[in-house]
Amino acid sequence: MTRTSVLVVALALAAASGCSDKKAPASGKVSVVIGSVAPLTGGIAHLGKDNENGARLAIEEANAAGVKIGGRDVQFDLISFDDQADPKVGTTVAQKLVDTKVSGVVGHLNSGVTIPASAIYNGANPPIPMITGSATNPKLTEQGFKNVFRVVGRDDQQGPAIANYLAATVKPKVVAVIDDATAYGEGLANEVEKTLAAAGVKVLPREKGTDKTTDWKAVLTKVKGESPDAVFYGGMDATGGPLLRQGRELGIKAVFSFGDGSCTENMKQLAGEASDGLLCSQAGIPPQAASKKFLDAYKKRFNIDPILYSPFTYDAANLLIAAMKKADSADPAKYLPELQKIDYTGATGRIVFDAKGDRSDAEMTIFTMKAGVLAPIAIIKSGKTVKYEDFIAQSSAAGAGDAAKK
Amino acid sequence: MRDAIARLKGHPAAPWIGAAAVALALLVLPFVLAAAGTTWVRVTNLAILYAMLAVGLNIVVGFAGLLDLGYIAFYAVGAYVYALLASPHFGIHWPFWAILPVGAAVAALFGVLIGAPTLKLRGDYLAIVTLGFGEIVRIFLNNLSRPVNITNGPQGIARIDPLRLDGIDFSKSGSFLGLDFSGPIKYYYFLLLVLLGVVFVCLRLQNSRIGRAWEAIREDEVAARAMGIDTTRLKLLAFAMGATFGGVAGGMFSAIQGFVSPESFVLVESIMVVSMVVLGGMGNVWGVILGALLLSYVPEFLRFTVEPLERELFGRTLIEPEVIRMLIFGFALVLVMALRPGGLWPSSVRKRELAARNTP
Amino acid sequence: MDIFIQQLINGLTLGAVYAVVALGYTMVYGIIQLINFAHGEVVMVGAMVAYSVIGALGPAGLPPLVVVLVATGCAIPVCMAIGYAMERMAYRPLRGAPRLAPLITAIGISIILQHVAMLIWSRNPLAFPQIVRVESYSIGGATITNVQIAILAISVLMMAGLAAVVYRTKLGTAMRATAHDPRVAGLMGIDANRIIALTFVIGAALAAVAGVMVAEYYGIAHYAMGSQLGLKAFCAAVLGGIGNIPGAMLGGVLLGVVEALGAGYIGDLTGNVFGSNYQDVFAFIVLIGVLVLRPSGLLGERVSDRA
Repeated sequence: MTRTSVLVVALALAAASGCSDKKAPASGKVSVVIGSVAPLTGGIAHLGKDNENGARLAIEEANAAGVKIGGRDVQFDLISFDDQADPKVGTTVAQKLVDTKVSGVVGHLNSGVTIPASAIYNGANPPIPMITGSATNPKLTEQGFKNVFRVVGRDDQQGPAIANYLAATVKPKVVAVIDDATAYGEGLANEVEKTLAAAGVKVLPREKGTDKTTDWKAVLTKVKGESPDAVFYGGMDATGGPLLRQGRELGIKAVFSFGDGSCTENMKQLAGEASDGLLCSQAGIPPQAASKKFLDAYKKRFNIDPILYSPFTYDAANLLIAAMKKADSADPAKYLPELQKIDYTGATGRIVFDAKGDRSDAEMTIFTMKAGVLAPIAIIKSGKTVKYEDFIAQSSAAGAGDAAKK
Repeated sequence: MRDAIARLKGHPAAPWIGAAAVALALLVLPFVLAAAGTTWVRVTNLAILYAMLAVGLNIVVGFAGLLDLGYIAFYAVGAYVYALLASPHFGIHWPFWAILPVGAAVAALFGVLIGAPTLKLRGDYLAIVTLGFGEIVRIFLNNLSRPVNITNGPQGIARIDPLRLDGIDFSKSGSFLGLDFSGPIKYYYFLLLVLLGVVFVCLRLQNSRIGRAWEAIREDEVAARAMGIDTTRLKLLAFAMGATFGGVAGGMFSAIQGFVSPESFVLVESIMVVSMVVLGGMGNVWGVILGALLLSYVPEFLRFTVEPLERELFGRTLIEPEVIRMLIFGFALVLVMALRPGGLWPSSVRKRELAARNTP
Repeated sequence: MDIFIQQLINGLTLGAVYAVVALGYTMVYGIIQLINFAHGEVVMVGAMVAYSVIGALGPAGLPPLVVVLVATGCAIPVCMAIGYAMERMAYRPLRGAPRLAPLITAIGISIILQHVAMLIWSRNPLAFPQIVRVESYSIGGATITNVQIAILAISVLMMAGLAAVVYRTKLGTAMRATAHDPRVAGLMGIDANRIIALTFVIGAALAAVAGVMVAEYYGIAHYAMGSQLGLKAFCAAVLGGIGNIPGAMLGGVLLGVVEALGAGYIGDLTGNVFGSNYQDVFAFIVLIGVLVLRPSGLLGERVSDRA
C-alpha cells in the first residue's frame, strides 16, 4: 500500500465513523438537535466559547429536568460548530446545520457572519428558527426573515442609551468617539455619535484602531490634545482594556464609556486601577439582578464566570425549548409561530419579540466600575432612565403584586 | 493498478477515455455530494472559486516567478464591483454579463497599478510591497463609509443580487430533466464552466510566446532582458492577467454569498491562496488546482469529522475539536512540505530543477 | 509641541519593540535567505511563559524586579528550545528546496504554535500581571513611564549586545562567513548547520525578551498576539533592508515612529477626510515609497535574487 492509499483509508474510516454515530440516543428517547455556532478559534474565541457554554448549560439543564414533547421523552443534543468569525465559513456551517436537520440554532456571534448565515436558515425547508444572543447590528432583523430572532439589544437601542446617559449625567461639552473598525464597533459608535450630536454635544472626528490594536497611545495622544470631557469606545474587551489603561497613563482625565463588548469583569484585570469609574452599557438587565441561579449554575458547570453574552445564549436555547414545549413539537414549522408570540422570563429578564424578531422594549443597563466590580447604576427602558435601586424596588413590588393576584 | 494505468497510457484513445471519464464524474459529482448534504456542494463551490484564484495567482507566482502576497485584493475588487453594481446599496441592479467585464477590467487596472511601482523589486521585497498593497485595499474598503459612503465600511454590503442568466435564477431551486437542481448545484455547473475556461486560457498561455517569456524572466531576468524580452511589459501583463482572474472569481463570490464585507479579504486569505499554489506545485495548473481543492476540503472535512471521531475513540471530547482541527492542518502543511518540497504535483520544469539541485 | 514629543515617545517605544523582533527575522534571513514567518509566535510563547511564571511566583512576595527577571529567565530557554526545534525539524530538511516551500512550513508552524498555546493558556485574553508599578515622568509636557524607559533601555542594550556578538566575536565572524557563502565557510572549518541553528536560537531569545516587554507594556497577552506583531516586525526588517542587522534596528524604530505620527497627524493633514483609521495605510505607503526609491531597503545591499 502506498502512502496515499493509507491516507485515503484513514479518511474513509473517519468519514464512516462520522456518519455512523448519527443519533442513537440511549433509552429510546427522541433526539432533538439544537445547533450552536460561534467563533471558537481566532481573536474572539473566548467570547465564542462563552456563547457555546450558555447554550450548552440550558440544554443540559433541560435534559436533567426531563422534557416531554408529543408524549415522548426528549433528549436534547447540542451540536457546536466553529464559524471562525468568517462570513464564508459561517454560511458553510449554517448549511451543515440545515443538512443535519437541527430543530433550531443559537448563534452566530458576529453580525457580519450572522447576516449571510441567516439567509441560509431562512432558505431551508421549512425555515429553521435562529436566535442570536450577541449580533447587535439592526440590519439582521430588517431583512424580513420570519425565522430570525435576537434576544440582545440592537445597536440603535444600546447606542442611544449609553449616549443619553452620558449626556445627562456627565454633561460633556466635547466627546471623542473611537471604534475598532469592525461591524460591531463602528455600528455602535455611529449610533452614539448620532445621539450625542442630536443632544448638542460636540463630537470630535472619529478615531479608529483595529480589533487587534493593543497600542492606542498615538490615537489617545491626539485625543488628549483636544481635551474631551468624555471618551466613548466601541469595541471588545481585549482592545478596550489596553485603551483604558493607556488613556489614564497619558493623563487623560475624561470619563471613559464602553459598549457591551467591553462591559466585562475582565476589564478590571485588563485595565487595572484605570478601570475605576468606567461607564459601560449592556443590553438586557444585569444577570446579578435577574438570575443568580444562572450565574451559580454556569460557574459550577464550567469553573469560570460567564464572560459576556452567555446569559443571552442561555436564554436563546431555553426559548427554543420553551416554544417546542408549547407547540408540543420540535418541528420548526410547528413551533415557529409559538416562538414568535412567546412571553418568557429568563436570565436576562422578560423576553417578548416584536414583529421583526427583535426583543420588544429591551432594557439596557448602565454599569460603572467601582473598586474592581461592575455595579449596575441605571436601567433604561422605553427611553426612560430609572436608577437601579428604584428599578429593583419596582420589580420586586411588581413581583409581589403578581403573586398577590394569583 | 500502476501497470494497468501504464499500459493504458500508451493507447492512442487513452486521453479521450480519460477525459470522458473525468467529464462524466464532474457532471454527476454535485448530485453525489448533495446526497451527503448540500453543505458539500457549497464547500465544492468555494473550492472551485479558490481553484480559480490559485490558477490566477499561478500566472504571477508560478509562471513569472513574482511572489504576490496581496492577491486577495483583486478578489476583493471584483467582489465589491459586483456588490456595488447589483445590490440595493446604490439601488443599481446591472445584469451579471454587464458587470463581469467591468469587474475584470477594474481588477486588471489594479493589477497594473500595483505592478508598475514594483517592477524594480525582487523576491522578498516584492512580496512585502504586494502584501502592503493588499492591506491598503482592504483598509480602504473598510473605511470608505465616511465622509462619503461608498463601501458601507465594516458593515459590508448585503442583499446582493444572485446570478440570473437567461431567466434562470441561481438562488432558487428548479428541476430539469426530472432532476432537482438546487441553487448551489446550479452555481456548481456555472463555476465549473468558468474554471474550465480559465484553465484553458492558462494552458494556452503557458505554451505560447508569452508563457515562455515569463519562464525566462522567472529563471533569470537579466538574461531574459538580454535576449530581447520586454520584461517590463511582460511582468505587467502577468500582474494584469492574474488580477483579471481574481476579479472574475470575486464577482462570482459576491453573487453566491449575497453579502460581502472586508473581513473576507484579509491577509490570511492571500497567504492561503499562495499556500495552495505552492503546496499543489507552482507552475503546474493541475497541481495548483489540486492544492486549492485540498486546502479547501481538508479543513471542512476535519470540521465535521473530528468531534464524532474523538467521541467514537474516547467516548467523550478530550481536546476541543476545533483545536485538533487546526493542529492537524498545521502538521499537514509542515509534513507535506518536508516530504515533497516541490509541491504535490510540480511542473515538469520544476521537477527537473529539483532533481538537478539535489544532485550537485 | 508637547503632543509631538508625546507621539515621538509613543513611536520610539513601539519601534524599539519592533526592532528587537525584527532582528530575529533579519538574522535568519541574512544567513539562509529564509523568512521565518513563525517568529511572531515565538514572541507570543515568551509572553505566555512569563505570564505563567509570574502567576506562580505572585504569592511568594518577592520584589517585582526579581519576579520579572525570573520570568524572563524562564521564557528565554523555552523560546530558544522552540527556535532550535523549529530549525532542526522543519526548516533543515528544506534546505535547497524551492524558495517558497519554507513559507508554507512557517505557516504550518504558526498554526501549530498558536493552537498549542490555546490549549495551554486558554483562548481568553490574559491580563498580564502589572507587578512593576507604573510611574510617569514629565518631559516638556509629555509623559513617559518607567516601563517605557525600561523598554527603550533594554532594547538598546540587546541590540548593542547582538552587534557586539556579530561583529566582534569568533561566533559572529562564523555567522557572517556562513551568510556570505555556506560552502566556502564549510571549507574553512565552520559547521554551517551549527551556526544556522545558533542563529535561530539567538533570534528566539530576543523574541522571548520582546514578548515579556510587550506583555508588560500593554498588560495583555493572547495566544494570537504574535501574528500581528510578527507582521509589523517583518515589515520593519524589510524597510531597513532584510538581512542587515543595523537595518532592522533602524527599520523598527522608523516604522514605530511613522505609525505613531500617522495616527496622530493624518487627520490634521487631510482636513479630517482621512483619520487614524488610515494609519496602517500611511505606514505601508512609506514602506512602499522607500522600497521603490531604494529597492533593497534603507541599509540593504543589492542581493541577487534566487526565486
